[in-house]
Amino acid sequence: MTTTALPSYEDAVSRYEPVIGLETHVELGTATKMFCGCRTDFGAEPNTQVCPVCLGLPGALPVANRAGIEATIRIGLALNCDIAEWCRMARKNYFYPDMPKNFQTSQYDEPLCVDGYVDVEVGGKSYRIGIERVHLEEDTGKTLHVGGATGRIHGATESLVDYNRAGIPLVEIVTKPVPGLGALAPEVAKAYVAELRDIIRSLGVSDVRMEQGSLRCDVNTSLNKPGEEWGTRTETKNVNSLRSVERAVRSEIIRQSGLLDQGTRIFQETRHFQETTGDTRSGRSKETATDYRYFPEPDLVPIAPDPAWVAELKAALPEKPSSKRARLREEWGISETDMESVANAGAVELIEETIAAGSSPAGARKWWMGELARRANETGVELSAVGATPAQVAALQKLVDEGKLNDKLARQVLEGVVAGEGDPAAVMTARGLEVVSDTGALTKAVDDAIAANPDIAAKIRDGKVAAAGALVGAVMKTTRGQADAKTVRDLILERLGAS
Amino acid sequence: MSDLTKMSAAQLAKAIADKEASAVEVATAHLDRIDAVDERVHAFLHVDREGALAAAAKVDAGEVSGPLAGVPIAVKDVIATKGVPTTAASKILEGWRPPYDATLVERLRVAGTVMLGKTNMDEFAMGSSTEYSAYGPTNNPWDLGRIPGGSGGGSAAALAAYEAPLAIGTDTGGSIRQPGAVTGTVGAKPTYGGTSRYGLIAFSSSLDTPGPCARNVEDAALLHSVIAGHDPRDSTSIDQPVPDVIGAARLGAGGDLSGVKLGVVKEFAGDGSEPGVLSAFHESLEALVKLGAEIVEVSCPHFQYALPAYYLIAPSEASSNLARFDGVRYGLRTGDDGSRSLEEVMSLTREAGFGPEVKRRIILGTYALSSGYYDAYYGQAQKVRTLITRDFEAAWQKADVLVSPTTPFVAFPFGSRTSDPYQMYLADLFTIPTNLYGGPAISVPCGLSEGLPVGFQVMAPTMADDRMYRVAAALESAVGTLTPPTLEASA
Repeated sequence: MTTTALPSYEDAVSRYEPVIGLETHVELGTATKMFCGCRTDFGAEPNTQVCPVCLGLPGALPVANRAGIEATIRIGLALNCDIAEWCRMARKNYFYPDMPKNFQTSQYDEPLCVDGYVDVEVGGKSYRIGIERVHLEEDTGKTLHVGGATGRIHGATESLVDYNRAGIPLVEIVTKPVPGLGALAPEVAKAYVAELRDIIRSLGVSDVRMEQGSLRCDVNTSLNKPGEEWGTRTETKNVNSLRSVERAVRSEIIRQSGLLDQGTRIFQETRHFQETTGDTRSGRSKETATDYRYFPEPDLVPIAPDPAWVAELKAALPEKPSSKRARLREEWGISETDMESVANAGAVELIEETIAAGSSPAGARKWWMGELARRANETGVELSAVGATPAQVAALQKLVDEGKLNDKLARQVLEGVVAGEGDPAAVMTARGLEVVSDTGALTKAVDDAIAANPDIAAKIRDGKVAAAGALVGAVMKTTRGQADAKTVRDLILERLGAS
Repeated sequence: MSDLTKMSAAQLAKAIADKEASAVEVATAHLDRIDAVDERVHAFLHVDREGALAAAAKVDAGEVSGPLAGVPIAVKDVIATKGVPTTAASKILEGWRPPYDATLVERLRVAGTVMLGKTNMDEFAMGSSTEYSAYGPTNNPWDLGRIPGGSGGGSAAALAAYEAPLAIGTDTGGSIRQPGAVTGTVGAKPTYGGTSRYGLIAFSSSLDTPGPCARNVEDAALLHSVIAGHDPRDSTSIDQPVPDVIGAARLGAGGDLSGVKLGVVKEFAGDGSEPGVLSAFHESLEALVKLGAEIVEVSCPHFQYALPAYYLIAPSEASSNLARFDGVRYGLRTGDDGSRSLEEVMSLTREAGFGPEVKRRIILGTYALSSGYYDAYYGQAQKVRTLITRDFEAAWQKADVLVSPTTPFVAFPFGSRTSDPYQMYLADLFTIPTNLYGGPAISVPCGLSEGLPVGFQVMAPTMADDRMYRVAAALESAVGTLTPPTLEASA
């Protein structure tokens, strides 16, 4: 354990230049697995979506799923890549119990898509992230270690394997190294993953949910002194949210600069991001020594996409999220910075759908970027998984527009919606949160407040209308917030003959 | 009715169809023959008497028809058969009963065949003598002290011992043809991709080819046409019509080979073949010329690199294919006493479960694929493969088929080649080029040398399987089939 204090982030990036690289795995949303006909439903009972092929039983053979190849090509095209005219799958050989064949069918030196780029915006400036390759592979099963204290293999008494995930198509997207970002490296990394997620979501080929593992990210980071060669990189795994991408890069920059300051060399190793502490810990260092003995998969014929088909797929690509954002920014009348926050929060489609469901742009944005974004951050889930749908948010905003809810009550209703209590109207009724619009009850509350505060009432009668605020507060207190403040104010002025 | 076990598959199919014999009678006769002689031959690893009689009863009840309805068949133990033990002659799969059928097993059932059981072989089809079976070797019915060839020695011996009229083999470097040659039976390796590999426990995926074994060429063609054809479950399966092998066999049996050019490979001449093998081969050539064939000499300069290339490609693929046998999901598990790590249990399982030849090839293949050696070994071997394919393509400009002895030597005594792997590997010297190329080839008996059978190989272009059947049937019509010694008198 190091006893020397780590430098601050600002200090670190003032003296070292970070180079980052990202490897992102996207689980495709095909109905069936990559090499067999098994279903891919998330959350099914363990080992119920398996067959001789994905269990790797002796004699079983893979057959490629065309939908998986198509999705990979579309991702490649959306990332401005060249599509290979001919390529092969390869076997990546290593022993692991969650890999039924003890090799992973993947791609090696012949990826399906190469040499693309993604432009991301941070702080109003555009950064081009080069894409080295996009390739297709199969996912592994999942191992669960039981009986130990940590849930890890060490100390466990039994290991359980679920092969439902084995054979689900995965697309790996590898960036070129990105130098020259300086202090912005963590933010650009995060913006890249957000952009990638938006692009893939717009293609409809994956639900790209980081919290469910359908989008997984490994972050490579190295540091060098200005003018010197690039340093040794570390690979950080287990980065499961956009926020973690940023935190992982930031903490690696601080950690590595601390070591470099002491003259310690950086080991090329796999590290694991720790969600609770925000730092990274060393993983198995022997992994770098593994020889995967790649060779072309002899059980599968080469993939040779017809150029006409590729051209068709290219022509049919949806609007790019970045141009879509520019269009929406105009429509919604918001600033570039605000739009960037919306995009970074993964809220573009959510807000768009909320508006489509009847909300005003301002109302939709207010809920998704305010209350709901706060909750998503607190609970560490994607905004889309926060528990409210665009239709529900639109319904909530409608209740506010109709005066049935004020801002404070609406937030309570939203809490109920997120907690799964039902749609906004149902939650409002069930929790008794509707604005007091019964004029009789409200008039009585106003009269009580006037009677209890004769001095203030006198001031208002004398024309000091600003003093009404104090009486409004008193009324809101007696109605426990369930009144509309403006209605109360109007009523007070009316009763005191000041309107 | 004459002895049912001595009849050909075609005769049996006809007799059953004409109700001259019932399928149950035919199955029983063969099962009884197995009971009588297999203790000495050891062609079978598992006999499925119950399953066979049930399948035969279905044929007799008219529930199953098909071109081979009621004809018994033996299946090499490397093919997955649902509910029936499938071990690939390895300890590591002892007791495994597959939950599914190989495509060709499904096709055999549709065709009405009656599966008698699973035949012995070299472990994971690695060998040329069945001496590498984890369950003991098969004995050649011609001389029980000699090998029946390999890896498919069990299938070939079952035919020669009249335990079955038909059998399924798999050919990666000669495992159908060389056993056929040394047991005096017919063995055909179809075009790679012409028969489905789905359900064939992989040895070398780019070479493995299932095919028919029989006592005569027409029977082999009948079986070939039943198992061949496109299978959507095998990505490497060829989506083209099956060549008319039955028609070609019948045409050849007519004894006319006018205008057919037989290419003799210059580089095979005198390449370590026994004199008796060479003389039987040359006598056969003369017989074929008498039927109208023309002999042309062709040069295939890269065939000399076939053996080393094969022993890099096949072990490389095997090292990966056999990785799945780790004791985690099925088969043998050794050392899982609660104190050992997963990695240790995997190692102990593989240490205990694989035999010496399998280990040798896994090590060879692992080395050939490892980082830094890939280009020099696996990469180079793939280049040789391309050159051998070009040799074949050039040869087809001059000849319709290529011919050679199937194997350089007749059945050798047990133990005579196990101490030197290279001597064993030489058995496949003439068969391996075809596997690397992917074309079809057949071995047909062509005479005896010192009282033991010699095989004649006919190689053809890819998807021209019919050509080799025509030539093989013509040779058979000229020299006749071989009759192995009966085993009744012994023991």
